[in-house]
Amino acid sequence: MLRYTLLRLLQAIPVLFAVITATFFLIRQAPGGPFDAEKPVIPAVKRALEAKYNLDLPVWQQYTQYLGDLFKGDMGPSFKYPGWDVHDLILSGLPTTAELALYALLVALVIGVLAGVFASLKPNTAQDYIPMSLAMIGICMPTFLLGPLLVLMFGFWLEWLPVTGWGDLPGDKILPSITLGAAYAAYIARLTRGGMLEIMSQDYIRTARAKGLPEWVVVTKHALRGGLIPTIAFLGPAFAGLLAGSFVVETIFQIPGLGRFYVQAAFNRDYTMILGTTIFLSTLIIIFNLLSDLLATWLNPKLRSQFRGGAV
Amino acid sequence: MSAQALVNAEKGTSLWADAWVRLKKNKLALFGLGVVLFLIVIALLTPWIAPYGYEEQNLELGATPPSAAHWLGTDLFGRDLLTRLMYGGRVSLAVGLIATSVALLIGVAWGTIAGYVGGRTDAIMMRIVDALYALPFIIFIILLMVVFGRSLLLLFLAIGAVEWLTMARIVRGQVLTIRNQEYVEAARAMGLSTPRILLRHVVPNSLGPIIVYATLTVPQVMLLEAFLSFLGLGIQPPQSSWGLLISYGAEVMEDYPWLLIFPGLALSITLFALNFLGDGLRDALDPKASKD
Repeated sequence: MLRYTLLRLLQAIPVLFAVITATFFLIRQAPGGPFDAEKPVIPAVKRALEAKYNLDLPVWQQYTQYLGDLFKGDMGPSFKYPGWDVHDLILSGLPTTAELALYALLVALVIGVLAGVFASLKPNTAQDYIPMSLAMIGICMPTFLLGPLLVLMFGFWLEWLPVTGWGDLPGDKILPSITLGAAYAAYIARLTRGGMLEIMSQDYIRTARAKGLPEWVVVTKHALRGGLIPTIAFLGPAFAGLLAGSFVVETIFQIPGLGRFYVQAAFNRDYTMILGTTIFLSTLIIIFNLLSDLLATWLNPKLRSQFRGGAV
Repeated sequence: MSAQALVNAEKGTSLWADAWVRLKKNKLALFGLGVVLFLIVIALLTPWIAPYGYEEQNLELGATPPSAAHWLGTDLFGRDLLTRLMYGGRVSLAVGLIATSVALLIGVAWGTIAGYVGGRTDAIMMRIVDALYALPFIIFIILLMVVFGRSLLLLFLAIGAVEWLTMARIVRGQVLTIRNQEYVEAARAMGLSTPRILLRHVVPNSLGPIIVYATLTVPQVMLLEAFLSFLGLGIQPPQSSWGLLISYGAEVMEDYPWLLIFPGLALSITLFALNFLGDGLRDALDPKASKD
């Protein structure tokens, strides 16, 4: 297991390096420098600005310098927000986005696992069809549609909940969290149902039942552990989706998080900011994919034993 | 046994006839197929059957709720929403179909070659796919849209280039089993060239899963396009798509909710239909594959 973990870690490094390199050179291809503003800048000022941001150096030197700075955690200054460093901007948006993603994940896990287990207990009955149909709606209803619809219903028509902001008014975290979590609740419900159905037909479940254990103990203690493996394997890719969803949700609800910064940077052509956030978000996604893979491997006794055999 | 029955028994059923029988039993999939065909016909005929011109404005009219003259209402410029939905649907469907074709071409070629050649080539090609899987693609597409401008063509290519990975894996799996079948061996023994074997024998016999996955890719691609357009990074005005209409509707929904609800319905129903059709096709063409 340790060997496998190290191997996967080592594999992640070249991928990360490729992302950094590709992003850096892609951004250099972008049309229009960051200082090609509406009004022309005096050549001398432009040169001074370019010198300040190292744009006057040859590209490969800019690249090595950027890598060196990056290694120290320095992503350079923002082109559009003078006086702000990219890593400061990222750090100021990160807690909000992390909180949003965490709540959304909680919504998704609680609703998804409960609905999936519930549906799997009586397959092909109404108890199965109703939650699974709802899940299908949840999957087909994109975040950028669900969000505005929830705002329309609970914000404007019923006037129960605030429609923008994060932590300014009581209850303003509810709608964004549900909006972001809904689709994942649906996926997790389907995965959990599938996983549980497979496990419930295994011999060890029959053994547990034959011992005379009550059904809820069989479900929660014996079946759930195995039945949740597909869900856990899904969490890594889901995290990437949550980040993409946070772009939309933070835009809809005007939440000052990383996602909104990223979309704005894309609009403003704030190149250092795009570069920095792309690298940061990519790193996060790669790490989370790795973690969920490792966790799923560790939870699955069949896979685990493969690694226990020889080398460890 | 009558002579006719004997003939029937001997004729047997092809994979496709068999699949069609199974698909016909699946009501949801048939509904999906119906919706998809209906949408394609509407999209093809839009320039002739749209109730108003695409650019037609009526500033005095402004935004009005659904009425006899404008079935789905009008927007702030007095433009007919039904007309705009029809034209937007053309773009959304086109993105879905073209980007899926791009993904199909790359994925099938990659998977077929990796699976058929095997050995080290296969190992290297599939490691590349694994590595690409780890990349955060949604971010990369946004990056591409920023760098190369927001052109429709690029959108097709960028989305297509992202969606081919799963296709490559599925096709490779198929090819691995097919290449050891007797009829492929026979073709090889007859001295057919490799490209010919691939095109005549290997690819046609893995069509089932390819069709299934392609059907399921179309809604994903449409969703991705709508997502980008919603953020303002996809389709640009004056062109329109359902994602752009939803984005526009969301801005003014407090006063003109129909501008959000109808484009939302159009997109959701289409995604539903395509997913049901894809699921149905999977059950019909590839009964062994599991649902999740």
